[in-house]
Amino acid sequence: MQVLKAHKVSKYFYEPEKFKVLKEIDLSVNKGEFLSLVGKSGCGKSTLLYVLSTMDTDYEGELEIAGQRLTGSDQNQLSKFRNAHIGFVFQFHYLLPEFTVLQNVMIPALKLAKYTLREIEARAYEKLTMLGVQEQALKPSNKLSGGQQQRVAIARALINDPDIIMGDEPTGNLDSYNTHVVFEIFNELAQRYKQTIIAVTHDEEFAKKSDRIIEMSDGKIVS
Amino acid sequence: MSLPFTIARTHLVSKPKQTIVAMLGVTFGIGMFIAMVSLMTGLNDMTEELAMTSSPDIRIYHDITADRPSILEHVNPQGINLVYHTKPKNESQKVRNALKIAEMIRKNPDVWGVSPQLTSQVFYNYGPVQLNGTIAGVDILEEDRLFDIKAKMKEGRIENLIVNPDGIIMGKGLARKLNAKTGDRVVITTPQGFTMTLKIVGLFQMGVGTIDNVKSYANISMVQNILQRDKSYLTDINIKLKDFHRAKAMAPQLQKTFGYKSEDWETANATMLLGVIIRNILTYSVSITLLIVAGFGIYNILNMTIMNKMKDIAILKAMGFSGSDVRKIFMIQSLIIGLIGSIAGLAVGFLLSLLIVRAPFDGGDVISIDHLPVNFEAKYYIVGIVFGVATTAIAGYMPSRKAAKVDPIEILRG
Repeated sequence: MQVLKAHKVSKYFYEPEKFKVLKEIDLSVNKGEFLSLVGKSGCGKSTLLYVLSTMDTDYEGELEIAGQRLTGSDQNQLSKFRNAHIGFVFQFHYLLPEFTVLQNVMIPALKLAKYTLREIEARAYEKLTMLGVQEQALKPSNKLSGGQQQRVAIARALINDPDIIMGDEPTGNLDSYNTHVVFEIFNELAQRYKQTIIAVTHDEEFAKKSDRIIEMSDGKIVS
Repeated sequence: MSLPFTIARTHLVSKPKQTIVAMLGVTFGIGMFIAMVSLMTGLNDMTEELAMTSSPDIRIYHDITADRPSILEHVNPQGINLVYHTKPKNESQKVRNALKIAEMIRKNPDVWGVSPQLTSQVFYNYGPVQLNGTIAGVDILEEDRLFDIKAKMKEGRIENLIVNPDGIIMGKGLARKLNAKTGDRVVITTPQGFTMTLKIVGLFQMGVGTIDNVKSYANISMVQNILQRDKSYLTDINIKLKDFHRAKAMAPQLQKTFGYKSEDWETANATMLLGVIIRNILTYSVSITLLIVAGFGIYNILNMTIMNKMKDIAILKAMGFSGSDVRKIFMIQSLIIGLIGSIAGLAVGFLLSLLIVRAPFDGGDVISIDHLPVNFEAKYYIVGIVFGVATTAIAGYMPSRKAAKVDPIEILRG
């Protein structure tokens, strides 16, 4: 079953001069697939990810996620859509420093407001436990180690049971041990929970172990 | 509690120093506003009250200083008439048919009281002391209706004047200068040279030096007697209205009807009331300046906060917060700062006002007050809080809008 479908997606950069970054990209991703986007710097893989993430709306072509056509939706609709259907993991954890670990995980769910506060808290604990950082739940988020913070960020990405997790260099800022841990988590999510994952990465080891590798070059998918 | 509110509160609580500094800006602005406006309106009210005690709402008199056209203008209206050194005509200050006019004015439903009277410049002699002042021949009961003299009597009663045809009620300041007491007899000398000995039967104090130090009341017939005038000689008709704000509109009508100069209290006290306007301008310009400074403070602090929180804003937007959610977070912060700062400002203003009203202040000979007048009307406190919150809302709006427009991709891509 297709979770994501991109049809003839093109994108231009206008600074310093007009330049076509993405050239009519067709891509479809099935449910439960763990997909790595690789390629040299400047090949457009991150740009593609941000188009797929719905945050970048300045593109040509069509985008459909979870059966919903997203091309042409306005920012507010897209915000709501991201909240419910997409989880993000970035190179940096981007946890809110004033909040505890638990609060950080709960925020997207509070925004979604699908469950009661008590249920959200229980779910947040469940995700933290799954990622092995439940002990840290009540600590301020900036008191954790880098690896722990990234795991909390993954828990936060998972809290609303998204259709897709999108990762932009999710292991880019981690040592090899933590890179391994994060990969294992992604792998388990994909295998056990049928979680769709799209991750941009430079790490060949990481990419090799994923289900499917898409290599990009000069704005095109080459394999 | 809504999510933007929770986040806003957490932001404020996690940076207590910055939050308190921003609030203090508002507190100081509003506190000063309240203190200033309380004192200034207190002074304004006092000025108005003084104006009311020292002059009737409308005074009708014969204005002999008014410019009169030369008789040549009547005879030869088309020609060029030059008359050098014209002197005023020897005219009496008498208002003809004053009692009739008073009777007619009394019938007007807007009128509270009418007191026809005659006034004159006189010298007061007591022993070696000679002072100039004025004497007013009045029906003391009518005059009491206008100026509430009963309440202003320091010694004796106003009725003493009715039973003593040769009595006078003297301003307290004047009596002090003459070193005369109730029961003493003083000699009155008119400009025409007539003298008369009168007995002090009471002392009054209006609270204004310009009256207390110069004025006395006597019976109408006695003053007519001193001036060697007939029984119909009256020079002023003082009128008090039910609503003194109508004086300005009514005075010209009366002038037109009776042909005598009629002056309303605002015109008579124009210089005093100019002070009211200047004080209002001062109060509002200083307060607004203070609030604008506080507003810039909030603007700066919010701008800085937003700069520091770019990453947080980006991730919130990635996670599904819309622009308006983000704007709400920062607007709520500035409104909380504004609201708490303003409430604290009202408290500070109230305390300052209490201090001012307690500070001793000697009005000297001019005004008999022992402390500054301060107004504690709730109206100004409401204006203060509205001002405070509005300023912070405006100051917070621009940075908040900027936060709402943050493009998450630019920040998240690094």
